[in-house]
Amino acid sequence: MNAEWKWDFAYQILPKLLWATLNTIMAAGIGYAIAVIVGMLFLLGQRTHYKIINILVREIVEFIRSTPLLIQLFFVYFVGPQFGIVLSAWVSAMITIGLHFGTYLSEVYRGALEGVPKSQWEACRALNFSTIYTYKRIIFPQAFPIAIPGMGNYLVGIFKDTPLLSTIGVAELFHAATAVGGYHYRYLEPYTMVGVIFLTLSIPAAMSIRKLERSVNKAQGKVKN
Amino acid sequence: MSYFSFLAEHGSTLLLGTVTTVKVLICATILYVIISIIFGLMRVSNNSAIQGVATIYIEFFRGTSLMVQLFWVYYVLPFFGISLEAFTSGVVAIGMNFGAYGAEIVRGGIIAVPKGQWEGAYALNFSPAKRMRRIILPQIFPIILPPAANLTVELLKATALVALVTVVDLTFEAKQINSITWLSAQCFGTALIIYYIISRFFLVPFLRWLEVLAARKVGKERL
Repeated sequence: MNAEWKWDFAYQILPKLLWATLNTIMAAGIGYAIAVIVGMLFLLGQRTHYKIINILVREIVEFIRSTPLLIQLFFVYFVGPQFGIVLSAWVSAMITIGLHFGTYLSEVYRGALEGVPKSQWEACRALNFSTIYTYKRIIFPQAFPIAIPGMGNYLVGIFKDTPLLSTIGVAELFHAATAVGGYHYRYLEPYTMVGVIFLTLSIPAAMSIRKLERSVNKAQGKVKN
Repeated sequence: MSYFSFLAEHGSTLLLGTVTTVKVLICATILYVIISIIFGLMRVSNNSAIQGVATIYIEFFRGTSLMVQLFWVYYVLPFFGISLEAFTSGVVAIGMNFGAYGAEIVRGGIIAVPKGQWEGAYALNFSPAKRMRRIILPQIFPIILPPAANLTVELLKATALVALVTVVDLTFEAKQINSITWLSAQCFGTALIIYYIISRFFLVPFLRWLEVLAARKVGKERL
């Protein structure tokens, strides 16, 4: 083994890694879409008038938030077959990511809803708006801009957690790198290139989120610094 | 096989793994606290070279995934003649990754110290080092501890990853037992519950206690 960087080897494996990157982006995208919806369900569960559902959902969210994604992945992937439900790696990965990040997103939504001043609610009550109308026309338009930065951060977060999916055999970028590295018994180039690909994708994403956050703050009249 | 006989047979193995997980947690937490203070201070430095180094470090470690960094430390560093044990590389990778996140929290805390405190230190002709050490740093703890507590819970969850570089921790043991017995619900379920107990009944109360302590130290009652 030598530490020399081999450019020809790097060029040789680059197409393979780029194709796998598409899988990674797809996994992050689908997982995020599920998480956005699941987050809303968790939020609804925490805001209903039924006390028992409130407490139950709260505990479930707490539990999912404080246990590692990796074991949750294993749990979903391996437990199904024990009861005769066989889920493919992709399906169980999407379920797990959706549930795990859904809990985080529900917190983001909650923060955003609480960020809308209470006087807005009182004004709607005074104007005799229905609850649905209040949400649709008054609360959501004001809560959404507050939620955008948090939602964006978790999109990048999901993207950075996709390598975990390789442990149950989802063929994404990290999986491809491990396979290529194992085949040629050279891990230097594949793993370094994975790092570079992640950097080139996530830094622009994080920067654009920061820009978005700033413009949202400006539009809301809250200028930082 | 009932759940209790499962526990009787494999409980001790899982507990041994838990001890390793706690060890990783403690070591990585110490490392990440040190790194975040150093790089947080560098980030607010007036020297643009020092600030640039800190920014590059933070962006690099936040931009690439922890798992990639972990595998890089464990599988690629030996190419450069640095062979770390699995446990050490796990602690180093987690510590450096979370240090980058922590540094941003420390920077936020330093910026959030009221301006009057800085001006007071100027007025009393404190040297920059003394100002930082005696006036600013003691006051950042009540500000940074709540976000740092969240980060530490994240760190506990991230310790599960070290199982992938062959550290025999709770996750590794659960996987091992699963591959022998195929009682997936029992072993992964138990592992999930153990992580939950560590976080809910040990880590979080400890961090809350630290928050109260820090608030009291600077004479601020907690809200």
